[in-house]
Amino acid sequence: MTAASPPGPNGAYGPRRRKEDARFIRGRGNYVDDVALPGMLHGAVLRSPLAHARITAIDTLAAEAHPRVRTVITGQMLAERGLAWMPTLSRDVQAVLATDKVRFQGQEVAFVVADDRYAARDALELIDVSYEPLPPVVDARRALDPDAPVIRDDIAGQAGNRVFDWEAGDRAATDRVFAAAEVTVAQDMLYPRVHPAPLETCGTVAAMDPVSGKLTVWSTSQAPHAHRTMYALVTGLPEHKIRIVSPDIGGGFGNKVPIYPGYICAVVGSITTGRPVKWMEDRSENLMSTSFARDYHMRGEIAATTDGRILGLRVRVLADHGAFNGAAQPTRFPAGFFGVFTGSYALEAAHCEVTGVYTNKAPGGVAYSCSFRVTEAVYLVERMVDVLARELGIDPAELRMKNLLRPAQFPYRSATGWEYDSGDYPRALRLALDMAGYPALRREQAAERERYERRQRAGPPGQEPGLAAGAPDTLTGIGISFFTEAVGAGPRAQMDILGLAMTDGADLRVHPTGKAVLGISVQTQGQGHETTFAQIVAAELGISPDDVEVVHGDTDRTPFGLGTYGSRSTPVSGAAAAVVARKVRERARIVAAAMLEAAPADLEWADGRWRVRGDPDKGKNIAEIAMAAHSGLELPDGVEGHLDAATVYNPPNLTYPFGAYICVVDVDPGTGKVSVRRFIAVDDCGVRINPMIVEGQVHGGLADGLGMALMQVVAFDAEGNCLGGSFMDYLLPTSMECPSWELGATVTPSPHHPIGAKGVGESATVGSPAAVVNAVVDALAPFGVRHADMPLTPAAVWRAIQGRPLRTDLAIT
Amino acid sequence: MTVNDTEYAADVEPRLLLIHFLRDHLGLTGSHWGCDTSNCGACVVWLDETPVKSCTVLAAMADGRRVRTVEGLGHGGELDPVQHGFAECHGLQCGFCTPGMMMTARWLLDHNPDPSAGEIREALSGQVCRCTGYENIVRSVRWAAEREAAARSSAPPGEDADYGPEVAG
Repeated sequence: MTAASPPGPNGAYGPRRRKEDARFIRGRGNYVDDVALPGMLHGAVLRSPLAHARITAIDTLAAEAHPRVRTVITGQMLAERGLAWMPTLSRDVQAVLATDKVRFQGQEVAFVVADDRYAARDALELIDVSYEPLPPVVDARRALDPDAPVIRDDIAGQAGNRVFDWEAGDRAATDRVFAAAEVTVAQDMLYPRVHPAPLETCGTVAAMDPVSGKLTVWSTSQAPHAHRTMYALVTGLPEHKIRIVSPDIGGGFGNKVPIYPGYICAVVGSITTGRPVKWMEDRSENLMSTSFARDYHMRGEIAATTDGRILGLRVRVLADHGAFNGAAQPTRFPAGFFGVFTGSYALEAAHCEVTGVYTNKAPGGVAYSCSFRVTEAVYLVERMVDVLARELGIDPAELRMKNLLRPAQFPYRSATGWEYDSGDYPRALRLALDMAGYPALRREQAAERERYERRQRAGPPGQEPGLAAGAPDTLTGIGISFFTEAVGAGPRAQMDILGLAMTDGADLRVHPTGKAVLGISVQTQGQGHETTFAQIVAAELGISPDDVEVVHGDTDRTPFGLGTYGSRSTPVSGAAAAVVARKVRERARIVAAAMLEAAPADLEWADGRWRVRGDPDKGKNIAEIAMAAHSGLELPDGVEGHLDAATVYNPPNLTYPFGAYICVVDVDPGTGKVSVRRFIAVDDCGVRINPMIVEGQVHGGLADGLGMALMQVVAFDAEGNCLGGSFMDYLLPTSMECPSWELGATVTPSPHHPIGAKGVGESATVGSPAAVVNAVVDALAPFGVRHADMPLTPAAVWRAIQGRPLRTDLAIT
Repeated sequence: MTVNDTEYAADVEPRLLLIHFLRDHLGLTGSHWGCDTSNCGACVVWLDETPVKSCTVLAAMADGRRVRTVEGLGHGGELDPVQHGFAECHGLQCGFCTPGMMMTARWLLDHNPDPSAGEIREALSGQVCRCTGYENIVRSVRWAAEREAAARSSAPPGEDADYGPEVAG
C-alpha cells in the first residue's frame, strides 16, 4: 500500500529513482577510506585492554624506532598542546589520549603514524604501557553505591559517579492521580546498550597545508559544519582555515555525529609530519569505543481506571552514560527528548526522573536513530500499555484505541509540555489493524493456544488423537506499538548544541539558463538528499528535479547548519530548501514583471510560471526569467539582478510523525527461538516528497528495531570486558531474520512546516522494538510472562519461560 | 592475477589481504571493507567463478587466478541487469554494501535464473545491509531475473533507464 500523498506543486513529488545511485551501482562512490592523497600516511590507535586502570608509564621508544613509523603521539604530547582533553557535546570533557587513567576498555592511549596501515598496526605492538588496575564500575545499578570507585577523579569536586539528575512533568499532580487511581501497575525494564554499527566505520583523512595554513579534513561526519566549529574551538586554528569534507557516508545512524579522539590525533599527526594522515577504525574499535546508544534502566508505573482509561504515568530512569558524558543531544536536554514519554495518549498527569551515572564503559548514549531518546520513551510507554492491558484483561488494540489522542485535540499540549502539531491516530491504528486482519489473527491464536495446552496435558507431541502428528509446537504472538515521534530539532530559543542554535541554512543559485544549484548544510548517509531536495526545489520553481544539483558535505561550498541526525533533515533543512526556493521565486516575480511590463502585484504564480492575472497566456517561466535576470534588462530602482537567494530556517516547533505497528511472531517455547512472521507498519510522516525513499527509510528502521528486540546488545563481563566487540558477537539481522515488510500510510500534514512534511528517518527504529517485544511477551502469556528484556535471544526467552529472567546487559547471572 | 580482465603483477607482503590489494594497490575502491570477520560481506568479489569475502583472502592466494569486482560487473560500458535492478527498486541507500550484494546476486542468477524470494534471501544471508531491511534488495534481484528472462525469450528489450552519465576516470 503506497502513500496517498499529494504529487506536490509541478508534480515534482512522488517516487523517483535516486540521483546518487548512478555512482553507487558502478562502485564509484567516494567514501573517506577511498580518499588517497599524495604522500598520505596512516594512523592507528593503541587502546586500553583494561576497563579501569592508572597509567604509570608509557614507553614508545621501540615504536619510534620502527623503520616505517613517522611519529608516535601520546597523551603527554597532546597535553603540551592543550589537546589531551576535548569537550563533549554534553558539556563534559573526554580524554583524546589518556594521561592519568584509562576509564573503559578500548579507550585511546597512543597514536602511531606510519607509512602504511599495516606498519602502523605493527608499531602498536611495540608500545609498552604500564597499568595499575583499578576496580571497575560495570553495573550501572551499583554506580551510586557509597563504596563505588570514583571514575571521574579528573573533575574537581566530583565525589561519586552521578552525572546529572533531571526531571519533567508535575510530580505532585502525578502522585495525586496515582493515589486516587483504581488500578496501578509497575514494571522494571531495560533498554540495553546497543551500537549503531554502520557498515562503514568511522574515520578521517586530515591534511594540513603547511604553506597556506589550511586544514582540510575528510571525515565520516553527519554534521560537517558543527565539526568545523568544534575543531576551531578545540585546536585554536582559525575557523576560516578549516574545511570539512564529508563525502559519501556508509551509513551513520547517529554514530557519526561526535568528533572522536582518532580524528584529533590524525589532525595533530598531519600538523606534526606535514603530510596527510588517514585514520580508519576497524570494526572492533567502532563497536568498543564510539557512540553506543540507550542503556536506560527504567521503572514505569501506570495508573488507570478499571474500565481502561489511562490516567497517569510515572517513570524512574537510571541512565548509563559510560566513562565520559558524550551524549549527543541538544545541550539543555540531558535526557534528550525522553520527556515525550506520555506517547500518544491523553493523560491527566505524568512525571519522570532521570539520573545519569558514569560507568567504566564507552561514552555515548544518544545515537542509533533514536530521535534523542524518543526511542526509549516510546518503548517505555508502549510496554506499559501492554502491561496494563494484561492486568485489566483488555485487548491491547482496544485499550490503545480507547486512549489515543483524538484529531480534535491537536495541536495537543502534553502533560510534560510538548506541543504535538497534528495527527489522526485512530485512523492509523485502524488501518494497521485492517491490514493485519487483527480479529482473525486473535482467533487463530486462541485456537492454537487451546491446541497447545491440550497437547501439553497429553504428553509428548503427536500422542493425542485429533492433533496432527509433528505439528510445530510454536506459539503465535501479536504485538502492537503506537508511537509518536518528536523530530526536527529545533527552535533556536530552546535548542542548541554547545551554543550553536539548531537552525540550518540553504542557498540557491539559479544559473542564466535556469539550472539551479542548491547548497544545504545537512549531510546524506543514504537518505537520498540529492534526489529529495531537488524535488523540493523543483516543486517550488516549476522546473525538473533533473535541473537541480544538490551540494552538501563540504563546508567550503555550503551554508552553515547543524547537520543530519534526529530525523531533522526534512523538517529543518527541507524547510530551508522550500523557503529559499520561494525567495528565488519572489525575486523572479520582480524580473518577470519588468519583462511583461506589468506590476509585480498583478502577477500570479501558476503552472510553473509568473503570469499576468486575467491574461494567462502572458507569462514567463524560471528559465526565461533567469536569463533576463542576468541580462541588461532594466529593473526597478533598488532591485538587484540575478535570482540567487539564501536563508536560515528556524523551526517554530518540532514535527510529530506517528504510526501504528503490528508484529506477528512465532515462538518455540522449547528452544526460545523467535521468528518474525509478519510486520505491518503504518507511518504518517506528513507530506511524502519521495514515497519510494520514505518506504526505504521505514524498511531499514524496521530491521533495526527487529535487531534490537531480538539480537543486538553490547554486554559486559564483571571486569568490564566488552562482549559485543565484533560482528561475531554483536549480531545484526540478515535477510533471513527479516520478513517482507507490509507498509501502509496515512498523510496528516504538519501545519507549521512549509510543505507539510515531518521527517521519517528514525520513525521505524523508534516504533518497532516495542511491537516485537509486545508480540513475544504476548506469545509467552500461557507461561505467565508479563515482561522480558531485550534482546529476546533464545536464551533470554527460554529463561523467561522458566521464570528466571536473564540480565541481558551483563554476563553475570 | 587477472582483475576484471586486466593482468596485474606485484610483489606484496604475504600477509596483505586481497581487499587491501584491490583498494590500496589497484585503486579499485568499489569493494569495501566492513568487519574483519567475514560477517558483513561488503568486501565480496569473485575469485575465479565464486564469490569470496576478500577481507579473509590473502592477495597471494589470488596469484594466477581471476578476480572480478563491481568495477567489472558491467559489460563493455553497459550496466549489468543486477545494477539496473538495484537502481530501479531502491535496493540501496548508503551504497556501502551494494557492490558485494550485487556480486553475489550476479552469481545467484548465473546459477538460478529464476530464484524465489526465499532463495534470494538465502543467497544473500552472509551479507549485511544496515539501511534497506533487505526487502528492496530482494525486489532488485527479482527485477534483474525478470529482465533477463524477458531478454532470453527475445521479447523486445526495454529502453535502458538513464541513471546519469558514466563518470570518466
